Amino acid sequence: MTAVTDRQKLQYIAAKAADSRVNVELETEGMTLNIGPQHPATHGTLRIVARLDGEQVVSAEPIAGYMHRGKEKLCEVRTYPQINTLINRIDWLGSFANEVPFILAAEQLMGIEAPPRAQWIRTMFFEMSRISNLILFLGDMGVQLGAVTPAFYAFRDREFVLNQIERVTGGRFHPNFDRIGGLKDDLPKGWIVDTKAVMERVRDFCDEIEELFMNAEIFSARTRGIGVIPADVAMQYGLSGANARASGIDWDLRRDAPSGLVHPELDWKVWTHPDGDSFARFWVRLQEVREASKMVDQICDGLPSGPIMAKVPRIIKVPAGEAWVSTENPLGEMGYYIVSKGDLTPFRLKIRSASFNNVSITPWLLRGVYVPDIITILASLYFILGDIDR
Amino acid sequence: MADDTTTAPEATEEEPVETDEAREQLLASFTEALGDSLVDSHILPGKDLWVRVSTEAWGEAAEVARDRLRARYFCFLSAIDWMPSPFGRSMDSEVDRIVSGDAAQAAEAAAMEQGVAGGETRFQVFARVAHVGEPGNFWGVTLKADVPEDTLAVPTWTKVYAGADWHEREAWEMFGISFTGHPGLRHIYLPGDFEGNPLRKDFPLLSRMVKPWPGIVDVEQFPDEGDDAEGEGSADSEGDAS
Repeated sequence: MTAVTDRQKLQYIAAKAADSRVNVELETEGMTLNIGPQHPATHGTLRIVARLDGEQVVSAEPIAGYMHRGKEKLCEVRTYPQINTLINRIDWLGSFANEVPFILAAEQLMGIEAPPRAQWIRTMFFEMSRISNLILFLGDMGVQLGAVTPAFYAFRDREFVLNQIERVTGGRFHPNFDRIGGLKDDLPKGWIVDTKAVMERVRDFCDEIEELFMNAEIFSARTRGIGVIPADVAMQYGLSGANARASGIDWDLRRDAPSGLVHPELDWKVWTHPDGDSFARFWVRLQEVREASKMVDQICDGLPSGPIMAKVPRIIKVPAGEAWVSTENPLGEMGYYIVSKGDLTPFRLKIRSASFNNVSITPWLLRGVYVPDIITILASLYFILGDIDR
Repeated sequence: MADDTTTAPEATEEEPVETDEAREQLLASFTEALGDSLVDSHILPGKDLWVRVSTEAWGEAAEVARDRLRARYFCFLSAIDWMPSPFGRSMDSEVDRIVSGDAAQAAEAAAMEQGVAGGETRFQVFARVAHVGEPGNFWGVTLKADVPEDTLAVPTWTKVYAGADWHEREAWEMFGISFTGHPGLRHIYLPGDFEGNPLRKDFPLLSRMVKPWPGIVDVEQFPDEGDDAEGEGSADSEGDAS
C-alpha cells in the first residue's frame, strides 16, 4: 500500500517537473502583449504591441492613427480664421498654445505685427495653457504609478486656471482667442487680481506635489534610471521641450528663438536635468510650471496699455510665400510650415507637433525594459493623442 | 506691404536687401560641402534659410547637416504636392464652381509653380533640422529636394536621423513617395487596406465633393466698408483674378 503511494507520489512529482519544464520552454517562446488602444496609461487611443520574453520587452511597436483626423488636408480647404478653430484640437490640454505659432507664421507672411499689449496677453495665455496642461501631467504621473491622490489635487487646481481662461475667452478647453494681428478681446475688469491669486495657488500646488513625490521612496524607485534617453539620441529622434531638457539639452525656443512673444523681457530660467530618466522628465516639468506661474505674475504687473488689434484687412489673404514658425509649447516644439499662394486658404499646411516625435522614440526606448516600466516611461514622455494623430 | 517675404526662386544671396551674416556663412558651408548638388537657396534675413539639393544628394545633405554643420536635431520631414488642385478650394464661390465642371481643364489652366528655392517636379520632399543645445547659437534650416516623376523615390534619412522613420512613413502613405533604404514603409495613420494618397492634390475630399463649404460667404465685404480694408480690393475682383 505504502509502496504504491510512494510510486504514485514519485510519478506525481515527475509529472510536475515535466510540466514545469514545458512551462519554462513555453515562456522562452515569448508572448505578445497588447496595450491599448483603450488603456488608461495612453491618454487616448494609442496602442502598444509589445513582444515579451518573460517580464522583459523584446520589441515594442506603438500604433497610432486611431484618432487621425487628417487636419493637414482639412486645412487646405479652410480660410485662415477657420483653421484657427481646427488647430485648437491638436493638443487639447493646452489649446491656446496651438494657435500661437500658426498665427505668428501667418503674420510673418502678411507682414503684420500685433500691438505690444496683444503680444503680452498672448504670452500670458501661452503660459497659462502650459500650466493647465502640465498640472495634469504632474497629477497623472502619480496615477500611472499607483498613487491616486495627486490626480485629485491636479484636477482641483487646474480648474482655477481653466476658470481664468474661460472668463476671458469663453472657452475652457478651446479658447479660439488668437487672431491674425492681435486678439479677439481685451481682459475683463478685476481679472488680473484674480489671476495673481490663482498663480499663488499654482505655486502651492507645486509645493504640494513636490512634497508628495520627492520624498516618496516608491516614486524614486520606479522612476530613477528608468527610460534613460541620452542627449544624442533625443536630438536624433527630434525630442523637444521638457523631454529634451531632461536629457541635459539646454534648449528652449522661448529663450533661443522668441518669435513674437515677450519671453525675453521676463525674468525666468530654463531648467535642465542631466539624468535623462523618467524622474528627470517629471522634475523638469514641475519646475516649468513654477517658472510659468512666475511669468504670468510678471506679465500681470507689466502689462502695457494700448490696442489689442493691429490694422488687418477684413478679408484675410496671405501673400504667396512659405513660412515656418515654431514655439515652445507645453509638449515641446510645435510649428507650422505654411505654403501660401496668395489665396484665402493655405496651399499646404504642415503641422509639426511635438508628441509625434516624442513618441517615435518608444520602439528604441522600450527595448529591454520590464513590463511595469512601459507605463512609467509612456507617462513620463507625456503625449497627447491629438498631438500625435493630428 | 508684406514684401519682405519675396518668393522669387532666383532672388537669392546675390541681392541682399538686409544681410544675415550667420545664415550667409551657413549657406557657404553648405555650398562648400555639397558643391554642385546644391541647386538653389534662399535666405529670409533674420528669419530662415532654405536650401534645395538634387535628388541624389538628398541623403548626403542630411549627413552634411548633421556631421559638418552640427545640426543634430531632427525637426520634421514631409512633402509637398505642387499640382494646383483640380477641385479648386471646394468653397461656394465663382472660382470654386469648377468642382462641378470639368476638373481636368481647370488644372491644366493653372500652371504649377514651386515655392521658395524653386523646383522642377510635382512632388518635393522637405525637411527641417536645427542646431540646438548651445544657448545663443540656435539655428535651423529647411532642406528641399525634387522627387523624380518616374520613380517617385528619394533616399531615406533614417540612417542619419533615426527620427525620420515615422515621418517618412507618413509622407509615403500621404503622398505615395517611397524612400529607398527605409527599414519598413507601412501605414502609420491610415488603415492597412486604404487606397490612395490623401494629401495629393488630386485626391478628393469627399465631404466637400458632396456639399461645398459655404465659408466664402463669411469673408464677403460689408457694404459700408469701401477703402477701409487697406491694401485689399473687393472679394469678387480678386477671386476672378486667381
